[in-house]
Amino acid sequence: MTVLDSKVPEGPIEKKWTKHKNEINLVNPANKRNIDIIVVGTGLAGGSSAATLAELGYNVKTFCFQDSPRRAHSIAAQGGINASKNYQGDGDSDFRLFYDTVKGGDYRSREGNVYRLAEVSSNIIDQCVAQGVPFAREYGGLLDNRSFGGVLVSRTFYAKGQTGQQLLLGAYSAMNRQINRGKIQTFNRHEMMDLVLVDGKARGIIARDLVTGEIERHSAHAVVLASGGYGNVFYLSTNAMGSNVMAAWRAHKKGAFFANPCFTQIHPTCIPVSGDLQSKLTLMSESLRNDGRIWVPKHKKDAEAIREGKLKPTELGEEDRDYYLERRYPAFGNLVPRDVASRAAKERCDEDYGVNKTGQAVYLDFKAAIERYGKEKAFISGHKNPGKEEIIKLGEEVIESKYGNLFEMYEKITDQNPYKTPMMIFPAVHYTMGGLWVDYNLMTTIPGCYATGEANFSDHGANRLGASALMQGLADGYFVLPYTIGDYLSDDIRTGRISTDTEEFEQAEKEVKERVQKLFDAKGKNPVDYYHKKLGKIMWDKCGMSRNVPDLEKALEEIKELRDDFWANVRVTGKQGTKNAELEKAGRVADFLELGELFAKDALERNESCGGHFREEYQTEDGEALRDDENYRFVSAWEYVGNPRDAKLHKEELIFENIELKTRSYK
Amino acid sequence: MKLNLKIWRQEDAKDKGGFQNYKVDGIDGDMSFLEMLDVLNNTLVEEGVDPVEFDHDCREGICGSCSLQINGEPHGPDRRVTTCQLHMRKFKDGDDIVIEPFRATAFPVIKDLVIDRSAFDRIQHAGGYISVNTSGNTQDANSIPIEKDNADDSFYAATCIGCGACVAACKNASAMLFTAAKVSQFALLPQGEVEAHERVLSMVDQMDKEGFGNCTNTGACEIECPKGISLENIARLNREYLGASFSG
Repeated sequence: MTVLDSKVPEGPIEKKWTKHKNEINLVNPANKRNIDIIVVGTGLAGGSSAATLAELGYNVKTFCFQDSPRRAHSIAAQGGINASKNYQGDGDSDFRLFYDTVKGGDYRSREGNVYRLAEVSSNIIDQCVAQGVPFAREYGGLLDNRSFGGVLVSRTFYAKGQTGQQLLLGAYSAMNRQINRGKIQTFNRHEMMDLVLVDGKARGIIARDLVTGEIERHSAHAVVLASGGYGNVFYLSTNAMGSNVMAAWRAHKKGAFFANPCFTQIHPTCIPVSGDLQSKLTLMSESLRNDGRIWVPKHKKDAEAIREGKLKPTELGEEDRDYYLERRYPAFGNLVPRDVASRAAKERCDEDYGVNKTGQAVYLDFKAAIERYGKEKAFISGHKNPGKEEIIKLGEEVIESKYGNLFEMYEKITDQNPYKTPMMIFPAVHYTMGGLWVDYNLMTTIPGCYATGEANFSDHGANRLGASALMQGLADGYFVLPYTIGDYLSDDIRTGRISTDTEEFEQAEKEVKERVQKLFDAKGKNPVDYYHKKLGKIMWDKCGMSRNVPDLEKALEEIKELRDDFWANVRVTGKQGTKNAELEKAGRVADFLELGELFAKDALERNESCGGHFREEYQTEDGEALRDDENYRFVSAWEYVGNPRDAKLHKEELIFENIELKTRSYK
Repeated sequence: MKLNLKIWRQEDAKDKGGFQNYKVDGIDGDMSFLEMLDVLNNTLVEEGVDPVEFDHDCREGICGSCSLQINGEPHGPDRRVTTCQLHMRKFKDGDDIVIEPFRATAFPVIKDLVIDRSAFDRIQHAGGYISVNTSGNTQDANSIPIEKDNADDSFYAATCIGCGACVAACKNASAMLFTAAKVSQFALLPQGEVEAHERVLSMVDQMDKEGFGNCTNTGACEIECPKGISLENIARLNREYLGASFSG
C-alpha cells in the first residue's frame, strides 16, 4: 500500500488556492493553440470545462452519448445551487459553507478541496447571471434564496424546480460560443469505450459512434472525464437511463484509482416505486422540505387502514400524526441532511408505519405551509379577516409559484393532487459521492487523465448536502480544472499532435472490438435488462441504506455469479454497425457488474458508519451513525489488479486542521 | 391492458421504412408510455427480433430526448407532458396506438423512431449565448437588478427542452417557437440586450438554412409544447427581428 499524495498546498486554508494558482505553471496563449483536450461528458462539469478550456485557447473535443450536450443529466437537477454570497445577511461566509459541507459529509472529505469549493462558489453565481441564467428574483429585482438540508442559513440560488436545466443551458450557451468560434468540436451520440495510454500518460480515447457503430480513435494531450456518477448500478435510481460508469471504469482498469465506491446518496424525497416494470425513479426536490412536513401515522392501526385504502391521510388529526423528523431532530427538523432523513424514513417503514400499498412510503405534507402563506398573503393584500377558503386559495398560489412544476410532475406520475392530499415519498438512489480519486489539481492517478464533477470523489465525503452538486460541477469546470490542467500541459508545449496511428491506439481499438464481439457471441436468452434488474436488486437489498457483513459477503458472491451468467447467457440483438440501444446497454451493464463487486468490497471493509454508509454493526444507542475516526479517517482508493474484489487498497489520510472532528448532531 | 401497436420501422436514413404491427399485454395504467415500449422491446429481444429504437434518457420530462408522434400528436394525447411522462392510464384496454417519429425535413430519421435534431443545435451555435468569458471576472450578481416580471418571462422562455414537438406539430414544420424561446430568454435580460440584434439575425438565418418551414401563426406549436412555451415569444422574435433588420 502506498500513501497517496493529495498535493494540497501548504499554508492557511483561506490562502491555499490563491497561493497554488500563483505558483503553478501556465501555458502561454500561443502554445495553447497547439494543445488538444478531450472532455468526456457534457453536463455541468464537462460543459463548463469545455467552454472555459476553449476560451483559454485549447482545442477541445467533447463527447456525449446524448444527441446534444444540452441533454446531459445535470439538466434534471431541481432545487438549486449553493453559494456563500450572504445576500440574506444571515451570517453566511466561505468558512460556514466549508464547515457545513465537511460536517454534512460526515468528515470524510478533503479540507483543502472543500474550502476551495466554498471560495469560488460566489463567483459561480456572478458568472451564471452574466451568461443570462434566469435565476429566481424578488420584487426588488435582486436574487432570491432558499434553504436546503443540513444548514442554518439561506444560501441556495434557484430557478423554480429547474435550476439544473438553467445552469446546464448556461454552460451549453458558453459552449455554443466556442463551437461557433471553431474552438470546440462536438462528438454527440458517441460513447467513450476506452482510455488510451501512451508512455503511461492519458493520450486519447476509443469511442463508438452510436449512429454508425464505427469504432474511432481520438487523441489529445489530456483527457477530462466528466462522465457523472454510477447510481444506475442500482438499476432503479433518479439517474437518467443512459447514465453509466463506463468512462470512469475504463479509466480505473487502466490505472486510475477508484475512491470510496460505497459512498452513495439515497435521497429521501422521491416518488415511491409503483410496479415491477418501472424503469426509473423521480426525485421530488429537497427544496420541498423548506415547506413540506414529513410524517407517518402515530398508530399502527391508522397506517394499516391507510394502506388498505380505508382511511385518508387528510382525515387523520394532528394528534394522530408523528412528524418524526421534527420529533427526533428539533434543531434541524425537516431540513436534516439527506442520509439522516432517508434512514429515518426507512426506520419508520421497517417498523410498519409506512403508508402506500407497499408500506414503503411516508407523507410530505404542505397543508401547514399553504395555511401559513395564505394568511400572510391575505394580510399583505389587506384582508384582515380572510375566510378559510380564501386562505387556502391564496396559500396554494404561493406554493404554486415556488414549486409549481414539481407539483405538476408529481400529479402527472401519481395521478394525485398534492395541493389537496399529502405527497407520498420514499428514499431512492440519487448521487454517488465516490468516484475516481483525484488530487488537488483534479488529476487521477493516471498522468493527464482528469476527473471533474460527480465522476470524482473529492468534495462531498460520505454524504453530499443538497444544492452542492451543481456548485461542485461548475466550480470544477469553470474555475478549477482550466487552471490546474495548465500545470501538467506546460510540459507538453513541444509535444506536437498526438498520432493515433500507433501501437497503443491499435491495441486499445482491438480490445474494444473484441469486447463488443464477445457481447454478441454470448447469443443467450436473457435481455440485458434482465441482468441489470437482478444486479439492482442485489445492490438495493444488500448494499443499500443499511449494510451488514453477512449481506455484503453474499452480495460479493451473487454479483460475481451474475456477471459470469451475463457473459455466458446475455442476448444482444442487432448489429454492431448501426444504431443499437441493446448493445449500448450491454456494454454499460457489463461495467456495472464489475463496479458492483468493488462497491460491496469497499462497504465490507469500511468498518464504521459514516454519512450514507450505514453499517448496522456500528451505530449509537439511538440508531445514529457511529464513525471510527481512529481507524477509518481515510479515503479508500482502490487499484484495479484483475478481479474487482482483489483490488488493492491505497489510503489517503484525511487531515483536519481547521475543523474539529465531532459527532455529527442535528438534534 | 392489451394494446395493438402500429410502429414505424426504418433501418437507417436511406431505408424507405414502413409500419409494423405488434401486440403488447399486461400493461398497467401506472406505467409510462416508454415503459410500455420497454415491455415490447424485451419481448422482441427474447424472440430474437431487433427491438424498436427510440430516444429517451431522463424519463422525467426535462432532457428533451424523447419524441414520438403518438396517434398523430407529438408526445401523445395528454397536454403539457413529454412522452416519458405520458402514462398508460390515458389509454384503454384494446386501444390501437400508432407510433411514428417526429416528421420534418430538418429532422431526418436515423433509425425507427430516432431522429436527428442537430439542426436545433446549429441554431443555438449561431447565437444562443451571451459573449461573456467564463473565467470568473464578472461583476457581482446583484449589481444589475432585473424586474421580476422580465426575469420570470425570461425563465419561462428558457424552460424549452428542445424536443422538437413544436416542429412536429406545425403543418409547415417551422422552428419558430424553439428559436423564439431562445431569442426571448436573452432579449428579456439586460445582459442579453447588447448583442440582441446580431443574435436574432444569426439565429433566424441559421433556422432558415436548416430547411424549417415558415410560421403561419396556426398556434399548434403552443398547444403541443410539453412545457407550454407561449406564442408571445414568436411575437417578440418578430419584433426583435424587425428592429434588428432596420437598424442593420
